Amino acid sequence: MAQDAKYVTLTDANFASEVLESDQPVLVDFWATWCGPCRIIAPVIVELADEFEGKAKIGKLDVDHNPQTAMQYGVRSIPTLLFFKDGQVVDQLVGTAPKKVLAAKLEALAGQPA
Amino acid sequence: MEGIDFGSAEHRKVVIIGTGPAGLTAAIYSARANFAPLVIQGPEPGGQLITTTDVENYPGFPDGIMGPDMMQMFEKQAERFGAELRWGTVTSVDLSQRPFKLIVDEETPVTADTVIVSTGASAMYLGLENESRLLGHGVSACATCDGAFFREQNVAIVGGGDTAMEEALFLTRFASKIFLIHRRGEFRASKIMQDRVLSHEKIEVLWNTTVEDIRGDKLVEGLVIKDVNTGEVRDLDVEGFFVAIGHTPNTDLFKDFLDMDETGYIQTQSDSTYTNIEGVFACGDAQDHIYRQAVTAAGTGCMAAIDAERWLADQEA
Repeated sequence: MAQDAKYVTLTDANFASEVLESDQPVLVDFWATWCGPCRIIAPVIVELADEFEGKAKIGKLDVDHNPQTAMQYGVRSIPTLLFFKDGQVVDQLVGTAPKKVLAAKLEALAGQPA
Repeated sequence: MEGIDFGSAEHRKVVIIGTGPAGLTAAIYSARANFAPLVIQGPEPGGQLITTTDVENYPGFPDGIMGPDMMQMFEKQAERFGAELRWGTVTSVDLSQRPFKLIVDEETPVTADTVIVSTGASAMYLGLENESRLLGHGVSACATCDGAFFREQNVAIVGGGDTAMEEALFLTRFASKIFLIHRRGEFRASKIMQDRVLSHEKIEVLWNTTVEDIRGDKLVEGLVIKDVNTGEVRDLDVEGFFVAIGHTPNTDLFKDFLDMDETGYIQTQSDSTYTNIEGVFACGDAQDHIYRQAVTAAGTGCMAAIDAERWLADQEA
């Protein structure tokens, strides 16, 4: 599955160019390998990346390897999902949430998926 | 129930609500009995074990196993025999007549001959306004999820049971200092866990103390705590605040139909998982405030599947 994944792997280095300067709304999933609830939500993130391709960008940021960005946005729980538009955080969710909820938030920012 | 058309609703002989050890064990048994149960995962798939680390007391795993790994194994085992796990949350039920009616995510109707309630319990919070505001920004109910954000920092945890002990000990891996706040002068946790906590150099217990408020604008900066004996109120500077004050059963959905005790635990008939409604069975933490173990939840999940199977057979006889 990994080779088909349409999400972007975010890092402290590429966060500005991929997220803050993105023309599309961006959903960022702050996660880590040791986080149980992150595993629950991981397949949903992959599905959303597929469904919203061309409309919104979906990114995953491993907080262990990219602590600066996590610190900068005050992330102290994972999974935390931040929704960015025009470089600003416009919505957020802490913990797992049903796909429907995430999709609705993305639709509000990006319109219906294709 | 208004506005939802049940005319073409999907029908199952067995619908299981919740996917902790109870629900998934019920799913394994029910699937092996060829009922192809529909298992609706709920808002916290995998249940409380998803937020634990090592499970050391589940038989068959002599070296322990990670909670999330164990729940994946449960899922795989249920699916192997034809259980269908579906992401979604049951948002309303009508158990007043058979077939029972359920609505998933406020839009999808499902009908069922039997319902197995395995909705479990969820972590409780203190209920402070600043607690919900700062959730995810220093306030957490899951040390094993969030402890790593507090390397070399001071944190506090409130609680007095095994969960609080386990989380306090887990936090010692990261935090430089852990204040364990408890409103009484003794813990209700097991002796072995208490001993580990009380002998740990990084953990300081604040007995007879309550948390009055949480300070911080964007991130937690500290607590306002109160000595219940003297009434003295003071600030405690911490960057993280963990809540481990117990659990509450996820049974609100059923309160118009099922008999419960005053704290919301579903009452089952002795030596069974029968509820007051025929065809509805309850298992796991939704009906157990005494043992609340993965293995007891699995045990009652098995009982519920067998009870449902026999009840269905009696209906057809």
